[in-house]
Amino acid sequence: MIDMQIRKVIVLATIWLALLFAPYWMAPLGGYTALATRVLVLGLAAMSVNFLLGFTGVLSFGHAAYFGLGAYGTGLALKFVTASTPLSLVLGMLLGGLAGGLLGALIVRRRGVYFAMVTIAFGQVFYYIAFQWSSLTGGDDGLRGFSRQPLDLGFFQIDILSNTDYFYYFVLFCFALAVSAMGIILGSPFGRVMIAIRENERRARFLGVPIERHIWIAFTLSCFFMGLAGALYALVNNFADPRGLHYSQSGDFVMMAVMGGMRSFWGPLLGAAVFVIVQDYLSSITVNWMSFVGMLFVLVVLFFPRGLLGFIRRKRAARGTQHESA
Amino acid sequence: MTQLLLFNVTNGLIIGAFYVLMALGLSLILNLSNVINFAHGGFLVIGGYIAYTLTPYVGFWGGLLIAPPLTAAIGFAVERVLIRPLYGRDPLYSLLLTFGLAFIIEDGTRFFWGAQGKPVTVPAFLATPLSYDFFFITGYRLFMVTVVVLTVALLFLFLRYTKLGVRIRAGTLDLETVAALGINIRMLRSINFAAGIFLAGLSGVLAAGQLGLEPTMGTGLLMPSFIAIIVGGVGSLTGTLLGGLLIGVASGVTAMFFPAASEAVMYVLMAVVLLVRPRGLLGEEGMLT
Repeated sequence: MIDMQIRKVIVLATIWLALLFAPYWMAPLGGYTALATRVLVLGLAAMSVNFLLGFTGVLSFGHAAYFGLGAYGTGLALKFVTASTPLSLVLGMLLGGLAGGLLGALIVRRRGVYFAMVTIAFGQVFYYIAFQWSSLTGGDDGLRGFSRQPLDLGFFQIDILSNTDYFYYFVLFCFALAVSAMGIILGSPFGRVMIAIRENERRARFLGVPIERHIWIAFTLSCFFMGLAGALYALVNNFADPRGLHYSQSGDFVMMAVMGGMRSFWGPLLGAAVFVIVQDYLSSITVNWMSFVGMLFVLVVLFFPRGLLGFIRRKRAARGTQHESA
Repeated sequence: MTQLLLFNVTNGLIIGAFYVLMALGLSLILNLSNVINFAHGGFLVIGGYIAYTLTPYVGFWGGLLIAPPLTAAIGFAVERVLIRPLYGRDPLYSLLLTFGLAFIIEDGTRFFWGAQGKPVTVPAFLATPLSYDFFFITGYRLFMVTVVVLTVALLFLFLRYTKLGVRIRAGTLDLETVAALGINIRMLRSINFAAGIFLAGLSGVLAAGQLGLEPTMGTGLLMPSFIAIIVGGVGSLTGTLLGGLLIGVASGVTAMFFPAASEAVMYVLMAVVLLVRPRGLLGEEGMLT
């Protein structure tokens, strides 16, 4: 038991140290800081999807909508409302989260494939709005004409605009806040109930848990996290893309979660890292990268349904039982 | 004004008929196998391109007859190899797999037939408008609707009166009992999947005559079919039929007053239906919810 806890602390320390020093160890390995920033942001998005999928057992296939809303919210705020980066982040996050809360109320009564279908279809609404309302959103070309602003702390400024390392640490700070919040929620009684719903919805209902309300809250929370991820993504690129709202983007997020291991807290981050690097590499060597990404989907589903972390855990568990029997 | 309204309603019905054809295929697969087939649009594209490739040898009519069964055969193989291992697992996996499959098909089409769109010519007598007053009803559109009506009628008769059809419907309600009665449900699912893909292939051939061919055309047609199913109610083929026609007409009529919202109105319709009747118009309690 103590052994387990020590291992947990070591794993956590390794993850945070790796993230903290990413700008230093990535460059020698052929990466670049901007890549690490993207992994972090998309990892947060995949973890938000997994907050719902892996811990409540509800599949939303339209989460890109709230990601995209966060991006557009932040972009529009920076363009028209305020020059403050943190304030525009909050506005973007609110837009994503509130939209999720509203639509969530409509769809929480559905389950399984029906839930997935409705989330996809509602997600597409925002794609069409962003696509059609060109006067505000820039339509197909996306929203341009804004950029992240230096952080003003009163006594001094941090230039996150031109210094990519500073920006990485700013993103890491937001990531850490969001992930800690996620961890606290999952450890709280509410989080335990989420897992109870995932494990056995009927039993949870018999125990008097208001299932719909819990799923709605989990959905809304996950949309807030998603909105924050999207808001950060707008700052990464200084650009908001309508394709970020499309259901194919949702598919990518779900894939990241599944590929990393959706029953584990950190799995989606690992999945996002692998996905981003593979996609980056494939699109640089072949024009047919879509086929390869598609094949990756098929292979993961057929052969690694538990994801990388699930696979490793299983191996370890198998070795453990071998030791015991020997 | 009346003529304009008539034009848009007719137009909507024609588009709706097309959505119906596509959505029925999706619905068949969803009802029996609990699989949301994201690659449905991909199979539509395959059907269209097969017909396009065959047309120089067998003509338009030959393509129309041969392409859908060929697409269905591909669907049959895909179900055997890729979808079958996923039955009994979380629907998430079949969703992700068909999602990846859609990528592969789209990219494959681009690889084999090129990224450029292909124009498709239909027989001359189908391309001319019916009359001067009803200039908007070209012979081809009428022909399309006729094919859809015939196919849908045949499908419903098949499900109602043949042994296989009855088994498929029974499987939709309770697959376990059907299996316990000694029916090979693995084969049943394969055939049902192939039937759904047949409808996708047919939609592809018909769409090609109206819109031309493009590797990406499947994606754009997928979402309306989803909405048709949700509006009509998951689990009910009649519902899907109704849903498809309804969103077709709704978007047709909106196109008249506010063209930019013709796509969005489907979603509004869906939201309203879900608010009033969470199961969809004809969906039944307890089915796939």
